[in-house]
Amino acid sequence: MSQQSYQPSPLRKQREAARRQASRRSTTIALLSTFAVGAVVVLVVTGAKGFDLVRQSFFSWHYAVHSFPSVLSGIWLNLRVMLIAEFFVLIFGLLLALARTSKSPVLYPVRLFATFYTDIFRGLPLLLVLLLVGFGIPGLQISWIPNSAVTLGTVSLILTYSAYVAEVIRAGIEAVNPAQRMAARALGLSQSQTQRHVVLPQALRKVTPPLLNDLVSLQKDSGLISVLGAIDAIRAAGIETAQSFNFTPYLVAGAIFVALTIPLTRFTDWLTRKQDRARQQQGRW
Amino acid sequence: MNALELKNIRKSYGDDLVISNLDLTVKKHQVKVLIGASGSGKSTLLRCINLLEEIDDGQIFLDGEDISAVGVNADSVRSSIGSVFQAFNLFPHLTVLQNITLAPRLVHGYSQEEASAEAQELLRRFGLLEKAHQYPDLLSGGQQQRVAILRAIICKPKLLLLDEVTSALDPVLIAEVLSLISELKRDGMTMVIATHEMGFAKKVADEVLFLKDGQILEAGSPARMLEDPQSQELKSFLYALEEAGRL
Ligand SMILES: Nc1ncnc2c1ncn2[C@@H]1O[C@H](COP(=O)(O)OP(=O)(O)OP(=O)(O)O)[C@@H](O)[C@H]1O
Ligand SMILES: [Mg+2]
Repeated sequence: MSQQSYQPSPLRKQREAARRQASRRSTTIALLSTFAVGAVVVLVVTGAKGFDLVRQSFFSWHYAVHSFPSVLSGIWLNLRVMLIAEFFVLIFGLLLALARTSKSPVLYPVRLFATFYTDIFRGLPLLLVLLLVGFGIPGLQISWIPNSAVTLGTVSLILTYSAYVAEVIRAGIEAVNPAQRMAARALGLSQSQTQRHVVLPQALRKVTPPLLNDLVSLQKDSGLISVLGAIDAIRAAGIETAQSFNFTPYLVAGAIFVALTIPLTRFTDWLTRKQDRARQQQGRW
Repeated sequence: MNALELKNIRKSYGDDLVISNLDLTVKKHQVKVLIGASGSGKSTLLRCINLLEEIDDGQIFLDGEDISAVGVNADSVRSSIGSVFQAFNLFPHLTVLQNITLAPRLVHGYSQEEASAEAQELLRRFGLLEKAHQYPDLLSGGQQQRVAILRAIICKPKLLLLDEVTSALDPVLIAEVLSLISELKRDGMTMVIATHEMGFAKKVADEVLFLKDGQILEAGSPARMLEDPQSQELKSFLYALEEAGRL
């Protein structure tokens, strides 16, 4: 069929005009309502009795500039902790998930351990794990175990987040259609070949968005290692604040954390949307 | 030597006896078609043959070797039997070519190049070459099922099991799959086919077996079975098919 000889009917033009008008109207409404809400917020905040004081102690340009270098050098520590923790969390999470979903009777003790482990560490508040590991392990006074705050903080993050990530991956493995496993076995693939080449690739694809979500969460929680005394961004901001009694450095640290997580968050959103679209096109949910 | 021999097979799920006292012999290059009402045990029988189900009693011989014996490596047995089951979908995360070459590479020790060359040869022969690098979701049902069959036969299995490979397809697509299977029969492939599609029985069967409650009630050439059924059960089964316009 040739597209060239096609003349849009008056009906189509009419429909398109109506659609354009509707979209203009909704844009206008969106703009107006955003403006109205913004105005109310500004009025309420600036009109508050303590506004001037808050502005000085939280939004001081002077202290922001002043504290920026030391907070930035603190964030460098956070970054390293994040990356190392993410690396180990993905490995341990995967191993735990594989252990929990294995059917082999030989692995029963491993399965039991993995179940116990995830139950414990999903339930324990991260702060508690940090305190127990950070202060408990040095207390043991075993010479070959490192007792720096950074190392123990990272270990705590890994312990906790491996449990979260394991659960996410396990859900993915269990969501793969059993017929896929059967099809692979029918081709002569062994249990482990089936797992590696058929089940896991599909499982990981399914859970990429929630997995990235956990990593975003891990990134910001890397700030908690400051409770052990590691000089990360939050601790550095704390030191600055202690000198000046101005809280702006905390806000600076917060802004940097947000800036660090936004790319991953946006990427997660994008990926989720893409997968949803793909699923819709295939018509299977 | 017989390609496949079943002796006195018995299979139950809990108290539910699905197959009992079943004997079956398939000679090399022979095609047997299993027909029978839903729940008569066709799929179960095929799953027992490729060891995806464990039989309760009896013996299964593949090329004279007892594959139901204790200590037999089930993975290696399965790698020498091709299976295509209705629900045994293609792997959605792999392209058509990758789907077909997975088992040759992992199980049969082909190199990537050998496996690809072999797979492309098959795809070309059956008119699917231009789909080689597409993902299964983009293929029609008939194309998917043909790819699944090619995936099962690329390593020249001793036996090909097909279970309801056309039941989700419309008539045009059924014809596509049927012509592929006829071609395999010409190649001399030994096959056991479970189906509701009488076209299979007429076109490719050397012998049709009528299954009822997990037993072979009647067996014979397709013409004899369809035109001169002996048992009351087969008569009423065929009558029901005719009523449904599927004969
Ligand atoms: N995994 C299972 N667990 C329990 N019962 C089963 C299982 N698989 C099959 N059955 C039972 O075994 C009997 C035979 O089922 P089977 O699927 O072999 O029949 P079929 O002849 O292939 O039927 P259809 O034509 O509908 O495919 C049925 O009664 C079914 O309920
Ligand atoms: Mg069936």
